[in-house]
Formats: sequence, C-alpha cells, structure tokens
Amino acid sequence: MTASTLWVYLAATPLLWLTVTLAAWLVADGLAKASGRHALVNPVLIAVVLVALLLHATGTDYPTYFEGAQFVHFLLGPATVALGVPLYRNLAQVRRNLLPMAAALAVGSVVAVVSAVGIAAALGVPRAVLVSLAPKSVTAGIAMGVSEALGGVPSLTAALVIATGIIGAVMVTPLMNALRIRDYAARGFAVGLASHGIGTARAFTVDPVAGTFAGIAMGLNAVVTAVIVPLMASLV
Amino acid sequence: MINGLLLLFACQLVGEIAARGFSLPVPGPVLGLLLLVAGLVAWNRARPFDDAALQASGLGRVASGLLGSLALLFVPAGVGVTQHLGLVGEHGPALGLALVGSTLATLLVTVGVFLAVKRLAGRVEPGDPS
Repeated sequence: MTASTLWVYLAATPLLWLTVTLAAWLVADGLAKASGRHALVNPVLIAVVLVALLLHATGTDYPTYFEGAQFVHFLLGPATVALGVPLYRNLAQVRRNLLPMAAALAVGSVVAVVSAVGIAAALGVPRAVLVSLAPKSVTAGIAMGVSEALGGVPSLTAALVIATGIIGAVMVTPLMNALRIRDYAARGFAVGLASHGIGTARAFTVDPVAGTFAGIAMGLNAVVTAVIVPLMASLV
Repeated sequence: MINGLLLLFACQLVGEIAARGFSLPVPGPVLGLLLLVAGLVAWNRARPFDDAALQASGLGRVASGLLGSLALLFVPAGVGVTQHLGLVGEHGPALGLALVGSTLATLLVTVGVFLAVKRLAGRVEPGDPS
C-alpha cells in the first residue's frame, strides 16, 4: 500500500478524524491541567485551533471531518440529560435558591440580548447581523433556530455562540475571584446563563455545585431566550 | 454502564419526541433532563437509595464520565466555526466588542441579582445554611 492509497483509505473512514479529535482534546486538556486549570488556557479553544490547523494543512473539508467528529458531537444530547444527575443530587440546594434563580434569570436573559445588540448596533452593525447575534448566550441548536426564524444567518449565529461560550469560560473565574464572590451557586448560574454549555463545562472543572447551577441556568435561559428574542425583534 | 447510557438515551428520545410532537420551544435533551430528575425523585420514593448508591450506579458513572469531559463535546462544533470566520467579515471588531462587553455585563448583572435576592430572601426567611 503506497502512502497515497493509505491516505485515500484513511480519508474515507470516520476513524481518522474521530481519533484526531480525541487526541487534540487530550493535548489541550493536558495543557490546561499543566497550567493548573488557568482560565486563560481554555481547552476547547486550544483543541479547536489544533484540529482546524490540521484540517487546513491536509486540505480536508469540514463535512469530511464531521463524518468522524459526529460521534463526539452526538454525545452533547445525552450529556445534557446527564446534567439531571447533579441536579437531582443538589435538589435541596436548588430548592432553597429558587427565588434568586428566577430573578437572576429574568434580568440576566434580557441583559444578555440587549447588551449585545445594543453595543453592536451602536457600532453600526446591520439588522440581519444583529438578529444573528441576539441569541448568542444560548446553546447553538436553539440559537440557530431563533436566528433563522428572524432572518438571521444560522452559521454566523453558531460562530457567535461558540465564541460567547469561550469568552465567558475564560472570563468567569478571574472576574468572580476579583469580586470575591464565593457563592458557587451564584457563580455557576451566571456563567451558565451567559455562556451555555461551554460555560457549564468550565463551571464543572471549578466546583460541582457551580456546574449544577450552570446547567440549570443554561436550560432555563435557552427557553426564555427562544421566547423573548422574537418578542423583542417584533418591537424594534 | 450500559444501563446508565440506555437511561440517558431513552430520556433524550422521549424528550425529542415530546418537543417535536408538541412543537415546544424547549430542546428535547432539556425535557429529557427534567424527565430524568422526575424519574430519580419517583424512584427514590418507591425504593429509597442514598447518594453513594447513585454515584456508584451505572447512571452515576456514565453521567460523571460525560460531564467530566463536557468541554470535549464542543470541539466538533468549534471546528465548524473556524470554517465560517469569513462570515464575521467587516463587522468582526464590532461583533468581538459586543460579545466581550455583553458577556461581561451578563455575568455581572446575573451574579449581582442572584446574590441580592438571596440576601433579601434570607432576611425574610433566616437560617439558610448555604
């Protein structure tokens, strides 16, 4: 088998890019661990850059990559359901915080949309792009649906969602530490609301209670944002 | 392990069917999450189990495995984003500023409201140990 026929075989099987995804993750997560889980050393960002560089270097297109990566991507659904386990385990603490959660959700969900759209509009961004930006704090599946229904560009929305996730995951720990906030329920809720699953993943690496509240905030804000963004768009 | 995975898949499946069937604005996996919690509450009433038993169960192990590597699951979507960077185009700097500013504002306001309401509620109903 020559090198080129070997490449033809490898390129046609999902195994290669699945392996690459996991290997890139182990390298990125190893770097994050070595940094003592420093907020700036975000493993999602590092792994994404590593894979993207490799795709570019080998001239591989995204659909080919996704043939392999879909097996990892698919697990997002079951992982969301799995958030039910820490939620159940911390149910007593969740019940005690119902009022703060409801208030923080009501205000936070509106601020997430209005602040993003407000800043971008002030900088001269046109309406079609603003609509794509509005749902950026919620999980990609929901955000893309909301954006598309209002005439936005779903793939632009996906890019803004992922970027928001990484920004929040990088920002939250230094910010909360600087403010000396030690209530991990509050910290987690904030990052899950602002930065969906990537923020939730970060919260779980910091504290299990933070992760639990981040997961709740992520789920709740997905629902609220899907309702309020179309409502706001009809008013503006 | 397999029984835990089956439970997660089954909850998601029921959630997806309900979300699509009734055109709900809630994603299927989130409904699946609620179903799982309701199931655990009902199960604990019928046949009480403690936290250690839940953790050691197939479900507990699969859940902590998945959630321990939650960030990995975003890598394929993240790589997809790098293919669409061109879309950001001329509005790149404005959008970057909007994302950073908005995320900062959202984190601050959300954590602030959460803590303020918790403090107010604590005055009305003292004795909350958390």
